[in-house]
Parts: sequence; structure tokens; C-alpha cells
Amino acid sequence: MIEFHQVSKQFDHRTVVDQLTLNIAEGEFTVLIGTSGSGKSTTLKMINRLIEHDTGHIRFAGEEIRCFKPAEIRRRMGYAIQSIGLFPHWTVEQNIATVPSLLKWPRARIRERVTELLGLLNLDPELFRDRYPHQLSGGQQQRVGVARALAADPEVLLMDEPFGALDPVTRAALQLEIARIHELSKRTIVLVTHDIDEALSLADRIVLLDQGRVVQQGAPAAFLTDPVNDFVRDFVGRSDIGIKLLSLETVSRYARPGEMPQGELRGEPISAHLSLRAALSAFVSRRVDTLAVIDGQGQPAGVLHFADLLRREPA
Amino acid sequence: MNRGAVAGFDPNPPRAVWRRWGTAPLLWSAALLLALTFGMTSLRPLFAALYPALDRPVYMQDSFWSLVEAHLLIVSVSSAAAVVIGMLAGIGVTRRAGYEFRSLVETVVAVGQTFPPVAVLAIAAPLIGFGVKPALLALTLYGVLPVLQGTIAGIESVPFSAREIAEGVGMRAWQILLRVELPLAAPVIVGGIRTSVIINIGTATIASTVGAKTLGSPIIIGLSGFNTAYVIQGAVLVALLAIVVDLAFEQFARYLGRWRMGASASDS
Repeated sequence: MIEFHQVSKQFDHRTVVDQLTLNIAEGEFTVLIGTSGSGKSTTLKMINRLIEHDTGHIRFAGEEIRCFKPAEIRRRMGYAIQSIGLFPHWTVEQNIATVPSLLKWPRARIRERVTELLGLLNLDPELFRDRYPHQLSGGQQQRVGVARALAADPEVLLMDEPFGALDPVTRAALQLEIARIHELSKRTIVLVTHDIDEALSLADRIVLLDQGRVVQQGAPAAFLTDPVNDFVRDFVGRSDIGIKLLSLETVSRYARPGEMPQGELRGEPISAHLSLRAALSAFVSRRVDTLAVIDGQGQPAGVLHFADLLRREPA
Repeated sequence: MNRGAVAGFDPNPPRAVWRRWGTAPLLWSAALLLALTFGMTSLRPLFAALYPALDRPVYMQDSFWSLVEAHLLIVSVSSAAAVVIGMLAGIGVTRRAGYEFRSLVETVVAVGQTFPPVAVLAIAAPLIGFGVKPALLALTLYGVLPVLQGTIAGIESVPFSAREIAEGVGMRAWQILLRVELPLAAPVIVGGIRTSVIINIGTATIASTVGAKTLGSPIIIGLSGFNTAYVIQGAVLVALLAIVVDLAFEQFARYLGRWRMGASASDS
């Protein structure tokens, strides 16, 4: 979908992106991660030509991006940023409709789409449609920002630290939303962050950048099990690599489905959708070594043993 | 839709209050202005009593209405010219390509305002003749600065994030200007225009020294003929006119910034 080939970018003789080669597949959730100054935001902004690359080639849908007019390519890509950038003089509806109205969609279709998107992002359309941005909380504003990015059904969604300014609870909720949206739409998403936990929980593929170069790229688990060097090991956090590995897997894949809970299992059964990390927390806090598991409908779904956390392969 | 019924978001009560307190002074002062414009001659006994020494205690060369008309015409034309020049220059120097000219333009316009309008009139009248023309030139020069400053300040107050998104979602430069920058800058720009127009309403009175008919005519004639009653009649009308226009601008600025009103953020 998006290919970088030997792309470089300099600002004032300082190389920000250095010979970057990258392939972002269609439908993939790619997270660009790195410290500040690693070139991750620059890389993202080169995709929609907010920043023009100096050398190399960037291809979008098979074509060199310089063949597209900037305004046109941007309308085919959704864009959400940390500071959200809602237009303060426009209502929620007008903000979400920014790109559809640039594309001159009929009024009725725009209204329908706004209703649909507000629903998708858990904002009551009748309550929020006519509000102005200053009447929303930070989390609600970013939901509107994401809805605006999705409005014209873009081929690619570009997000520059979209949840960086939100409190942890709101951030977690929006991360779940965006994961669900990706699950539903299988849209290509490129997200920039410096938060390794955000990357691990959202990405199909993580690209770790440092000083404009790719240090390691691949599946989240590979960053934990096979870090290529000490930089990666430090970045993912040496001391809790094990904990992070657990957060990548869900209880449902490791529980023993046939088994019925024996005797009195202390505490409430845990949901099969939780991560193994949450299960570990339950093991420790309840001081037990087996947990009853229930599925989404509340039906028993087997038992998780403490030892199951150590198995390499799911049951 | 019954928007007012939505809990925690009811724009109507505050607006009704605004309207009651906001338009009342405008209506009263406008009514007073009209009453004095058409009724000044009826106040003849009052001025005769105040200034018994004067033969003609009320200005009669022109009707006060024709003076108000002429005054407004000069102010409108010169202000319109100042708004066009000031806004175009302000928009120009806030574009990427025009940024280098910003300090130059600001300096030139500021110099334009440091010339006293009387001096401009004195220089212009021999060159382009007496009457309305030199008055328009002086008032236009004098009115550009507040508009320019308002335009630059207004456009610079547009949040960077709004501009980045406008560009990022694929608005073209003119769409960013018309849909994002100017609407967001409008209250500040209108503030600049308001200052410019109010200054011009006052300054236009001295245009009568070069033969233009304005509300300054009774003042100038009164001053040179020791007729205090004329001076008061002209000055009161100019002051009222300035107050009415100022209040009207206040209403307009409130209308432009209406999206700022209503309940603020609440986590619901």
C-alpha cells in the first residue's frame, strides 16, 4: 500500500530520516515508534506530503506520491494528531464532515455518515452533533478527531500520537476503539507513538526508529522475544519483558477448555477476553493457582492454571 | 430539533440575557441621535437661553441630516478603502510568501498613522484640490493601521493545530483562508475595523477645514466665529454617531463569536 525506498529527509543539514526503506501492507496496523527526534513523525508526514522527502521514492497504491496533487492525496488519507485540531468555530457535525464536504458529498449522505461515525465512536449523535468543540472533554474531542479522520472512508489512516495528551483511562478506552475499528474495517493504519505498551497492544507490525533509521521491525512478540540489540531491549523495558509478553496473549487461547472448576475457586471467574497479564494479576492478588474462566456470554469456558502462563504454545 | 432540551447544553437563556442588555443601549442611543438630528432646530429656545449673546444660536446653513449623511459617506468610503487595503496587506504578510514583507508593511502603515491627519490635509489640499478628495485620502491613510494590526493578530491567533489539520485533510490554500483562518480571526479583525471606523468618525470632522461638508462644519464655523452653540451642536452629534456605530460593531462582534457561547466542556 505504502512503500518507502531509500527515503531521506534533511532539515537544515541535519538528517532526520536516513535511507529509510519500509513497506506498509494493505490492511495492516503499523506503529512507528521511537524516541523524540527519531524521525517517526516526519516519516508519517511524508506519506501525506505535509513534509516533502528529499531523496528516494515513496509509493502510494503503486504510484510515486509526487504524481498526486497534495490536496488530493490527503483527502484519500485520514489524518488525526495529538493536538486534535478541531475547528473551534464548527460544530461536531461540521468538523466530522470536513473531508466529505471538500469532496462535495450530498448533504443527506454526509448527515448519515456523521450519525454512523458518532455511533461508531460511542458518542450519542443527537447529543453531540450540534455541540462545539469547547463543549467537549478532551477524550470526546479526540473521538471527534478520529471520526473526522475516518469520515470519507480513507484508504489509509494516519495518526500522529493521537492519544498522547489524554489521561490513561481515556487513552485505554480510545485504544480499544481504534483496535475495534481496525478489526471491523481492516483499514490500513499508520500510527506514531512513543509508548511501547500502546504499540504492543495495537500493532500488527512495529517499526522502531532511531535517528532516522529502522532499528527493528516486525511483529510485537518478536520485539520481546528476539530484540536485535540493547537499544531495543532498553526500549521495550528489560525488567518487564515477561509481563509484556503476557499482555500480547489472551486467556481464551491458554485456558483448558474441557476442564470444570474443581471445588471452591476463590473469587469471580475471569473473562476469556482478558490478557494473560490481567490473569497473572488475578493469580497474584487472589493468591490462587487456578482461575475459572467464562466466555463473553458468561458461560464457563474452562480453567486457567498458573503453569499455563509459562507454556510456549496455546492449548 | 429541540436543542434546548438537551441536558447541560442550553444556549438560549444566556443569549436572551445578552440580547436584552446588549441591544438596549444601541436602540436608545440611535433613537437619541435621530431625535437630535431632526429636532436640533426645535431646541433653539434652549440654545438662545444658554447663549443670549448669539444672533443665531442654531446652525442653519445645512440641515443636520444632510451633515450626518455627508459625514457617514466620507467615513464609509474611507473606511471601506482602509479595510480593503489593511485586510489585503494583513492577509498578504501572513502568507508564507509574504512573510518577509511583514515588518516593512507594518512600518509603512505605522508611519502613515504618525502623520497627523491635519498635516495630510494641509499637504494634500494644494495638490489634489479642496473638498472631499483630500479628506478621503487622509482618513484612509489614518484608518489602515488598526485594520492591518487586527488582521495580522487575528490570523496569528488561529490555533496551529487547526491549520495543520486543515492542510492535512486536503484543504487548498484559499479554502484554509476562507473557511478556517478568516472566520476564526473575524472577531479580532472586526475589532480592528471598529477602532479604525471610530477614529475616522472623529477625525472626519477636521475635513471641514478643507471644505468638505461634515458634522465638523458647525464645529469649525463655530470655532472661527466664536459661536459655542454651533460647536456643541456638531460635537454632540459626532459623539452620538460614534457611540451608535461602536455599539453596532459590538453587536456584530458578538454575532461573529457566537460559537464561543454555550455551556463549556463537561464529561457526560
